[in-house]
Amino acid sequence: MSGRERLNRPDAGRIETEKVSIELGQGAQAFEAVRDISVTIEPGELVCILGPSGCGKSTLLGALAGHITTSKGRLTVDGAPVGGPHPDRGIVFQYHTLFPWKSVRENVAFGPKMRGLKRSERHRMADEILDLVGLRDFADRYPSQLSGGMQQRVEIARVLVNRPRLLLMDEPFSALDALTRMRMQELLLDIWERVRTTILFVTHDIDEALFLADRILVMSPRPGRLLEQIVVPFPRPRATDIVALPEFGKLKRHCLDLLRVETRTASLPRLTPLGL
Amino acid sequence: MPTPVDVLEAGIAFLKSPKIVNDVSSSLMRVFAGYGVAALIGIALGIAIGRSRRASDILMPPLELMRPIPAVAWIPLAVLMFPSSELSMIYITFIGALFPILLNTIHGVESVDQRLIASARSLGGTRTALLREVILPGAAPNIVTGLAVGMGTSWFCLITAEMISGQFGIGYYTWESYTLQNYSDIVVGMILIGLLGMGSSYLLRRLGAALTPWHTIEEARR
Repeated sequence: MSGRERLNRPDAGRIETEKVSIELGQGAQAFEAVRDISVTIEPGELVCILGPSGCGKSTLLGALAGHITTSKGRLTVDGAPVGGPHPDRGIVFQYHTLFPWKSVRENVAFGPKMRGLKRSERHRMADEILDLVGLRDFADRYPSQLSGGMQQRVEIARVLVNRPRLLLMDEPFSALDALTRMRMQELLLDIWERVRTTILFVTHDIDEALFLADRILVMSPRPGRLLEQIVVPFPRPRATDIVALPEFGKLKRHCLDLLRVETRTASLPRLTPLGL
Repeated sequence: MPTPVDVLEAGIAFLKSPKIVNDVSSSLMRVFAGYGVAALIGIALGIAIGRSRRASDILMPPLELMRPIPAVAWIPLAVLMFPSSELSMIYITFIGALFPILLNTIHGVESVDQRLIASARSLGGTRTALLREVILPGAAPNIVTGLAVGMGTSWFCLITAEMISGQFGIGYYTWESYTLQNYSDIVVGMILIGLLGMGSSYLLRRLGAALTPWHTIEEARR
């Protein structure tokens, strides 16, 4: 598997941040949400950003998506500075943002439609991706007729249909129940094996980060700084039973210590990838 | 006071007379014209004001000034402003329908989820695509509400205008019946006004449901 993985590795989707700081708010309410983040993420890597609520991890994600501007530093994807939003940098939010007035198929076909593709062509693409997330049979439903887990699957499909270099995910499974969340994590890894793209996944759930990531970036409370990078050694494909491994427990303890030391301050309201 | 039997007889007589076609069609034509223009302008202005801060700063103060003026208070000026009483009545109908449509559209556009707009931009949506694919459908349930409320006020204003400055039309017929002392015809006129208003509201609701099928499903699930 790992051999095929290498072959699968894309050549686009490298993220480089160089001393990136981001300020949010206006005038007297302005504050620094992210401070001095320097990190490189390789094409096809799955990286989780772990940190307490309000630490600016979603803000950093929003800046990569092009919805928030940085105040200092350089933020590049494949060497090009990030301008506005672009289909190359797809984003999935905590709660789905599917268009309620479009069927599942039309939602997924939105990106191809914006590229001016013919109706039959974009429907074919949508159905293909819906197959990948196991929702082909629900193509004609409206989003409100689906469960929370299904809605997030459609949301992921709608981003992947554009074959993005980056898949930016902002706590996408945190609103789901525990069982569905676990299934979604497995599904995400499965999709990532087949449609290899760089994934940057924001979470405050240590287990989730350890299960998914190649590497975890641990962030401090606001202003968010990079505390530590943890390489997750578990081989792929991973099954959920890795949580029982002693190494998993050790890494989890380490993450907890990092977060605990830094969360003595009162907890802050959540920030979003769109600013405040 | 006319008895129910008198009213029934008068109603049947009116249904058989050639006058009814003239009166009903005059009223319908005025409502269609005034209401139609109000719908176009109300929705267009509403989108502009809801989307652009500058449009809002420029347009809202005069509109807020005009809004509390009841349509009836427009009648004298409307008669002076337009060469024919026909146009002045259409104008009154327009004024009556404009504000409910405008305000509901603004509210609808402003309440479109910012995250949906952000997502659409991330998926490659341009400004015009955003308007067509996200803003308009997102605001559609509110626009439909505005259209329904506007239809009611539009009839209300038309009837008033017809009573004061009209020739033909249901409002005119009702008032004329009073001056001619055909008291049962007054009630016939009133019932007809009710029926026409009810009928157009029904059509609008059907149209609204057809335009926003997802909304109907969401409402049913609630």
